[in-house]
Amino acid sequence: MALDGQKTAYKYIGTTPNRPDGLDKVTGRARYGADINVPGMLHGAVVRSPHAHAKIVKIDATKALAMEGVKAVITRADFPEGLEGEDWDLQENCMAGEKALYDGHAVAAVAATTPLLARDAAKLIDVTYEILPHVTDVDEAMKEGAPVIREGAADFSVPEGLHPNVVRYFDSGRGDLDKGFAEADLILERSFTTEAAHQGYIEPHACLGQMGADGRGELWVCTQGHWFMRRMSTAVLGIETTNIRVTPSEIGGGFGGKTTIFIEPLSLALSRKAGGKPVKMVMSRNEVLRATGPTASASMDVKMGMTKDGRITAAHGTFRMQGGAFAGAPVDVTTMLAFANYDIEHVHHIGYDVMTNRPRQAAYRAPGAPMAAFATESVIDEMCRELGLDPIDTRLKNAAKEGTRATFGPKYGPIGFVETLEAAKAHPNYAEPLGPNQGRGVASGYWMNWGGETSASVAISEDGSVTVSVGTPDIGGSRASMALMAAEAFGIPYENVRVNISDTGALGVNEPTHGSRATYASGLATIRSAEECIKKLCKRAADKWGIDAEAVVWEDGRAKPSGPNAGEFPPMTIAEIAGAMGGTGGPISGHYEDSPSGFSGSFGTHVVDVEVDPETGRTTILRYLVVQDAGKAIHPAYVEGQFQGGAAQGIGWALNEEYVYGEDGRLQNPVFLDYRVPVASDLPMIDTVIVEVPNPGHPYGVRGVGETGITPPLPAVANAVRDATGKRICKLPLRPSRVLAAIQGKTV
Amino acid sequence: MSKRIHVSTKVNGDEVDYLCDSRETLLDCLRDHLSVMGVKEGCGTGDCGACSVTLDGRLVCSCLVLGVEAEGKEVATVEGMAEGETLHPLQRKFIEHAALQCGICTPGILVAAKNLLERNPDPTETELRYWLAGNLCRCTGYDKIIRAVMDAAAEMREAS
Amino acid sequence: MAELHLWSGLRALADGKEMVEIEGATVGQVLDGLVTAYPGLEPALKRGVSVAVDGQIVPNSRNHPVKPDSEVFLLQKLAGG
Repeated sequence: MALDGQKTAYKYIGTTPNRPDGLDKVTGRARYGADINVPGMLHGAVVRSPHAHAKIVKIDATKALAMEGVKAVITRADFPEGLEGEDWDLQENCMAGEKALYDGHAVAAVAATTPLLARDAAKLIDVTYEILPHVTDVDEAMKEGAPVIREGAADFSVPEGLHPNVVRYFDSGRGDLDKGFAEADLILERSFTTEAAHQGYIEPHACLGQMGADGRGELWVCTQGHWFMRRMSTAVLGIETTNIRVTPSEIGGGFGGKTTIFIEPLSLALSRKAGGKPVKMVMSRNEVLRATGPTASASMDVKMGMTKDGRITAAHGTFRMQGGAFAGAPVDVTTMLAFANYDIEHVHHIGYDVMTNRPRQAAYRAPGAPMAAFATESVIDEMCRELGLDPIDTRLKNAAKEGTRATFGPKYGPIGFVETLEAAKAHPNYAEPLGPNQGRGVASGYWMNWGGETSASVAISEDGSVTVSVGTPDIGGSRASMALMAAEAFGIPYENVRVNISDTGALGVNEPTHGSRATYASGLATIRSAEECIKKLCKRAADKWGIDAEAVVWEDGRAKPSGPNAGEFPPMTIAEIAGAMGGTGGPISGHYEDSPSGFSGSFGTHVVDVEVDPETGRTTILRYLVVQDAGKAIHPAYVEGQFQGGAAQGIGWALNEEYVYGEDGRLQNPVFLDYRVPVASDLPMIDTVIVEVPNPGHPYGVRGVGETGITPPLPAVANAVRDATGKRICKLPLRPSRVLAAIQGKTV
Repeated sequence: MSKRIHVSTKVNGDEVDYLCDSRETLLDCLRDHLSVMGVKEGCGTGDCGACSVTLDGRLVCSCLVLGVEAEGKEVATVEGMAEGETLHPLQRKFIEHAALQCGICTPGILVAAKNLLERNPDPTETELRYWLAGNLCRCTGYDKIIRAVMDAAAEMREAS
Repeated sequence: MAELHLWSGLRALADGKEMVEIEGATVGQVLDGLVTAYPGLEPALKRGVSVAVDGQIVPNSRNHPVKPDSEVFLLQKLAGG
């Protein structure tokens, strides 16, 4: 769906004005999930299983209910039965049924008049457990004799003979692998593991739910997608979707982890049981790490073949991922995108989605892609070393381009992978000399974008300023991008545009801010809504001049006659037309809704230099370069921000971050001290280059950039450590103890 | 309910008071009793710095200070940084440099950075990074934050 | 008739074929025709698939036109973070 008239010279797009919500956010005025206090509010607390796997024999809340200030206790018995599919999974995860399935699984909840009383009351709820054997490792969970998480959960795709913990199976590819490997001069096969990581948003989940005896109410919540929250919460509670109106607060980070429900239905259920009083619930960091949605851990085998001049002839990958005690590990996408950067004729992917006694996984920035990239880009790097080939030149040789048949099937339209490789190669960082114990790593990555259900409106106010209403919460500055796109479409100053994030009562269904879709899809909807307004503005001018609407054009914020034949009338500004609109036909607004299909993905190439201390195994990042294709950068500073943020998360995942489960199946590191994310002193400045190969499916060429940035760092850092130490480490994270053991020649 | 304790303190220059449980932290009291919401809880264990305030001019995590400890002291939060309509240079530079994405860590970082510049008006990049190592940001990778603070420091040195 | 390509996991449910030809002027008609010809594919389609028509991913758009010489791929349902 190439859109005609795709502009190339912009007045506002590509500039870097201050974001409209900047003032609120630097003064502490912006209201996030927990920043709400309402009269009569109660506070909720959750009772959580301390066992990885246990039958829930009995829940006795007598002592808690007898406490002064306690207004309600809920368990699974307060939720409807009979749900199926994903709705059942959500309900089971929000509140345990017959079994506690992981350390931290919610078993009961209580509402009381103060947060301390709620916490004290939760401790008084007596739960009797019968402890069961547990399994937390993905490979262990597939073995014969492993504890069964749930019988009969496998779907139609799973072949006979696999353990019941294998719930989905994927098999995709093309060509003839034997033929492909026969053509190779070098074949390399390695096994890799990555550990579970948490999105690590600094703001814990928080909400305020209010629901009356009639099952209707409101929900205030920090979320990436309030329509998802509405649909999921009402499904789990067995009420109609429109019963709850959801208002999104500002959100303190999401990265995919806030696209699903955890405490929200509990808050609503407690509220109803407590006579309709609003119930505020805020998770502690301990609860966030134990009981929200980290990403999957992965065990992978990748085999690739290459000719001695660097042509990839065949690729095979087997990917085993665990997503907790439910189906959903993103191995479906892994098996699609594992080799997607390259033009490979013979390719095969196998994927297993495995259940374990861990929390239910949620999306984390390019879900499934970083793990696969770690494996495939490490193998390519190792082959380049063995064959004495440059890593960027080799990727250029095999790079997917416009017209290449993607490894997942269809042909690519215009894409910018080659451009990112060339820009990385030309960047001064690639030529920096390296000293002792230093090394350089290169890796590339890809993430597809998404359109998704989108509904937006634009309204003109009486003074000609414009309000844009979208349904995608602003996680990273997207209000500025929407305002820039509206300003460009109308030809009016950026300062004259307001952007609202509407609640679920005000627009049609919107998919969340995820999947790198907000700038693309809400942006497209904003532009189309603006165009509808422009048609109406032109009609008002035409009516005033007594000419045909077709004879009026819109330029730079004004309606003008299209030519001398149309008549001699001075242009009318948006303010003039708007000022008179009450008497010329009423309010002027535009609306657009669709599940658009013109989105296209973003490729990236990263170059990282590290120094590894041979005595401690500690890796220091010296230099980091992100090159990525944005299609068209609406607000370049926020595009750079996405590049840098994705790189930082990837560096953390590569070097330090991991979920550590003990012998008892409990999470050992549910605190930021021990779940170690990068801090300011861990990182250098992060250099960025924005490549722009426009996407013909968006009026301004936009590609979503939010996710690709986390994909290359895992292999780039591993390749750099390989370069610095001479040791190929195939397990992440590259914590000092592991790197030191590798340097010392031990098995890692 | 255990007997609550009356605390008199000063927040951003204003005399205030509250009744608190002895177990409540200064963070809890600021947010729940005084509605000072610019101080955020990110972890409750002093690891993320989102709750950063100064207590008698000393940078602390308010989640590690008890509410009763504020008696007779002066607390400063992000809400006290601007003077009327005039933003502090740090606040202005943060917006200009796009040094915030979700903004949840921003109040804590602004308080911490202001405190550093009062002690050391000309920090090196390394000194700044280590000073801010107690303030986690998950969105930005810190690059634009460091640039914004260095730029604000330069402007403040020029003005003085 | 449009060429409809199936990923290898689906082929077993379509008599082992990688590519099938299905009559239809829209994505919806082609998918319905696929299920009529190979009822074993219904669970997979119900679970959710993305559809790419001539290189363009077309999510949820049953009304999207399909030309007689179109190349259609069934892909995993996508989600982001």
